[in-house]
Amino acid sequence: MVFENTSEVIRAENILKKTGRSVSVMGPPPEIRTGCDLVIEFPLIEELELKRELSKNNIFPIKTVPVGSGLLEPVSLFQTKDFGEFLMVRAANMKITISKNDRKIVNISGGGCPDVPYLAEIMTGKILEKAPNPRDLGHTLCGYALQLAYEEILKK
Amino acid sequence: MIGIVGTVPDDNFPLVHGKIEISGNEIKIKNQSVSINRCTPALMAAAINASKTIKCPEIYGFLVGDTGKGYGSRKLYEFLTKNLSSFDLDVLTFHYLQPDVDWHNKVLFAVEDMKKRPVLIADAGFMYAAKMSGQALSYDFFTPDAGELAFLADELAPHPFYTRGFILSTDEDLPSLVKRAYKHENAAKNLIVKGKTDYIVKNGEIIKTVNSPSFDAMEAIGGTGDTITGVLTSLVGAGFDFVKAGEMSCICNRIIAELTCPTPATQVAELIEKIPDALVRILDGKF
Repeated sequence: MVFENTSEVIRAENILKKTGRSVSVMGPPPEIRTGCDLVIEFPLIEELELKRELSKNNIFPIKTVPVGSGLLEPVSLFQTKDFGEFLMVRAANMKITISKNDRKIVNISGGGCPDVPYLAEIMTGKILEKAPNPRDLGHTLCGYALQLAYEEILKK
Repeated sequence: MIGIVGTVPDDNFPLVHGKIEISGNEIKIKNQSVSINRCTPALMAAAINASKTIKCPEIYGFLVGDTGKGYGSRKLYEFLTKNLSSFDLDVLTFHYLQPDVDWHNKVLFAVEDMKKRPVLIADAGFMYAAKMSGQALSYDFFTPDAGELAFLADELAPHPFYTRGFILSTDEDLPSLVKRAYKHENAAKNLIVKGKTDYIVKNGEIIKTVNSPSFDAMEAIGGTGDTITGVLTSLVGAGFDFVKAGEMSCICNRIIAELTCPTPATQVAELIEKIPDALVRILDGKF
């Protein structure tokens, strides 16, 4: 399923995962890439149900494209760096660093899309567990990568 | 004149262009002020602070608010497409913009229509779009970090988020990533690869490396790559040879760290204010 923008993909993924659907966020096939995109991969047979679920939430994919293979998988490796008093987790091109004693977010770095500085401004200085979630405020692949780093550092 | 193009993380920030000045921890452009702690204003502030030590042309900014929805970036792309040809620029640096290949191509066409072609530097989102467009070699400089170099090296990845696992970088294999990026024509003529060791690359060949002094905390601090690109912009504008400019920007970033003694909680504004002193040291040969 292809959406108007990455924010809609992220919202759609949230909704579908909450209802227990087996969907994955992937990179689009080359013929429909524009530069900063995500698509949702799902079993074709579930199309009607998934679209119904999304429409209840006012989300409408702009098209559905059948693909046999060729979707790119997001980076799934994390790197953790321990600075002693501070801990940093990196996912793809995004890094989040917290102070270990009070779990305050002290820096967010990396990325190239404009929501990164926005998320950095909102999240830096907040306690990790109480900080706004990048998934809710981000709009781009960099924002999505920050969400992965954020989820990983929550486990630490 | 030096031009710097990018965004501010505020949807209400209008599209403005004009001479940039620095005042405390803010830059001023037209009648707008914005913190230098993030994003393109950090790069701009680094360029301005470099110009306090070296003589370079006036620094002119093109800025718009964008929090990731891309509306501001598209407005700025459209403005550049229509108006770039009326500017006389020696250097043009592109920074945090929503990656969009179609708009990137239109802007590059507009650059080609300028009376004098400026030195082109691309970083952040605009570098992603430049690579994906297949026109990386139209640029004089890309300034990736090690992770972004892996993205440039992966001929299939449209964004660093999709860099294939077998290409992901370690410090040891950076030279092979450089080779791979040039093999597929996904690198600019010159690269500064920012990392634990900085690499200055010209036409696929690693010409210089910079690795001391080294401060691990710099990796965690948002904006420490922007400072390199900002200083590079001013040095190139001042007429330094590209490799020399690349090497000096990397050394400068290490000296500002030495002067600040950063921790992973340090904010980039503290580092930016040390740039004039760091460049004085470099020019005096004290590094």
